[in-house]
Amino acid sequence: MIDKKPIISLRNITKSYITGSAECQALKGISLEVYKGEFVAIMGPSGSGKSTTMHIIGALDTPTSGTYTLNNKNISAYSEDQLAEIRNQEIGFVFQAFNLLPRTTVLDNVIRPMMYGRVPQNEQTERAFECLRLVHLEDKASNLSNHISGGQIQRVAIARAIVMDPSMILADEPTGNLDSKTSHEIMTFLQDLNKKGRTIIVITHESDIAAFANRIILLKDGLIISDKENNRFIAKK
Amino acid sequence: MNYVQIIRSAIRALRGNILRTILTMLGIIIGIASVILIISLGQGASSSITSQVSSLGANLIFIVPGKQIPGRPPSASNSLKYADMLALADKTRMPDLGDVSAQVTTQAEVVTNGQNKNASILGISATYANINSLEMNQGEFISPEDESGYSRVAVLGPDVVADLFGEDAHPIGETITIKSRSFRIIGVTKAKGSVGFTNPDETVYVPATTAMKVFLGQDSVQAILAQATDAKKVDETQEQIIAFLLDQHKITDPVLADFTVRNSKDALSIVNNVTGLLTGMLAGIAAISLVVGGIGIMNIMLVTVTERTKEIGLLKAIGAKRKDILMQFLIESIVLTVSGGIVGIILGISLSFLATRFLPIPFVLQPSAILLAVGVSTIVGVVFGIYPARRAAKLSPIDALRYE
Ligand SMILES: Nc1ncnc2c1ncn2[C@@H]1O[C@H](COP(=O)(O)OP(=O)(O)OP(=O)(O)O)[C@@H](O)[C@H]1O
Ligand SMILES: [Mg+2]
Repeated sequence: MIDKKPIISLRNITKSYITGSAECQALKGISLEVYKGEFVAIMGPSGSGKSTTMHIIGALDTPTSGTYTLNNKNISAYSEDQLAEIRNQEIGFVFQAFNLLPRTTVLDNVIRPMMYGRVPQNEQTERAFECLRLVHLEDKASNLSNHISGGQIQRVAIARAIVMDPSMILADEPTGNLDSKTSHEIMTFLQDLNKKGRTIIVITHESDIAAFANRIILLKDGLIISDKENNRFIAKK
Repeated sequence: MNYVQIIRSAIRALRGNILRTILTMLGIIIGIASVILIISLGQGASSSITSQVSSLGANLIFIVPGKQIPGRPPSASNSLKYADMLALADKTRMPDLGDVSAQVTTQAEVVTNGQNKNASILGISATYANINSLEMNQGEFISPEDESGYSRVAVLGPDVVADLFGEDAHPIGETITIKSRSFRIIGVTKAKGSVGFTNPDETVYVPATTAMKVFLGQDSVQAILAQATDAKKVDETQEQIIAFLLDQHKITDPVLADFTVRNSKDALSIVNNVTGLLTGMLAGIAAISLVVGGIGIMNIMLVTVTERTKEIGLLKAIGAKRKDILMQFLIESIVLTVSGGIVGIILGISLSFLATRFLPIPFVLQPSAILLAVGVSTIVGVVFGIYPARRAAKLSPIDALRYE
């Protein structure tokens, strides 16, 4: 099930922020590989660099040093517009908050990435509905994004994340604002997608959320302090 | 990205904050409405004057006393005599001229059995009715005999009759008093409506000879009107008149001519120059309000970009390129100005339609003015929208996502 070639390969990634005269090193040398079909959880205390790592993996930001290879392409030196194209084609995002465009219908939110991705217009609606069906929201397609619940928002975000058929889905605390029942529902959707072969990386504080993953990476102070398979997952196997 | 989709999402964004959108558009609405109003009133005024002047005919030639230098007020002068008119009217000497009429005017109180009215008194020749296409409603116009005989006869405009004798009166044979001289009424003209700055319906016509002798005590005229027999040879005929009058006045150097000859084409171009200049000046002032409106738009678009920083971050995360964000915000400001422009056009047209109800100006709607307004509002949208849009496009996705 797991491919030999990694989709993601980080080599000695560092990231520094300069605020005023002080330099803050958010990542101090991260190396990791993620293979197709993996379900990875990244955990760690606040400020440990989880979001920063995800931004680099998600081509939203570029590392200060180190190389990042995504699908055999070294994208460390890509221009902003090239990175935008990578994000559009290869990566689906689910954020903790502000996932959907305000004043816009659920359907139009899911269509958005296809507008940027040059998907023929006559295919867009059908594809959006397909993805909404996967998260059981096809009946909410014409609702405005501010007229649905928090859990439904995250499901729309998942539908949007897969609409371009990317190689991975990145979720930064996707259940951070949800109650535990809804959180588990969302994680079940992600798990189902993973079972269909999608690579998923989830950032979380909570171990019961991380428990859905088959590999857990622990960050602390900008370094990986542990990276192992999920015990439960092994036990199940 | 498809333009229809961008425009749809721009309209959605603008509808999301409808009060702000309307307030922002107000500057453009007022600017465009005043441009449309000014242009259409200017066009109306100029077309009304044009149609009046051309109703006189393209072959009409005016001769006025004094040398007129363009850009200077005309100098008053007594240099044009009644005898000049008679000489010009002599077919054997000026074969290319048709009807020729003298003209003197004065303003006076016209009195009859207790009623009085202030009217303009026009002293003219018998040929005047023909030159100005005046038609008679009752009686006769002034005859050549009246003119040569210094007769005390008068022809009244219909408004004068209505004021002095009442609507539908038959005043032929009645007597009116002008400057304490009595005149016998011999005719009433048909209603014609105002022409330029004069209203023939409010005019009292008397023989030029009588007017010069009784009212003005002079033998000079204020103008001579002449018709060229051939409308195509107006310029040539005009040259002949100049040569003829120079000879008549014994002036050898044309530069020293003590009269000015113009045709209706010249008069028209002068009038059009003046109205054009006025329209241009007013439109310029209206354009300033467009600039002010544009600055308002830039201001609001900058606020919008800041407010929607997180939205921009999200769009970039899902694959929007710089160009996509730039176009989205630019189109939003263009939609803002163009819809403001359309409202302004409708408002401007309604206002000018209303204004022409109350002004002696026809309602003229120039398609080019509408095109201009749409073009200008688009340009305002681009010029004042480009800076905020570029600011939005340049945001880095991370900064936008982390923005609180
Ligand atoms: N734009 C920035 N400028 C300066 N410092 C930053 C910036 N972004 C992040 N940092 C710093 O980098 C470090 C890592 O931040 P990051 O957001 O990756 O943490 P995190 O693990 O996601 O924390 P949390 O669980 O609270 O989301 C923090 O110390 C943070 O203050
Ligand atoms: Mg974080």
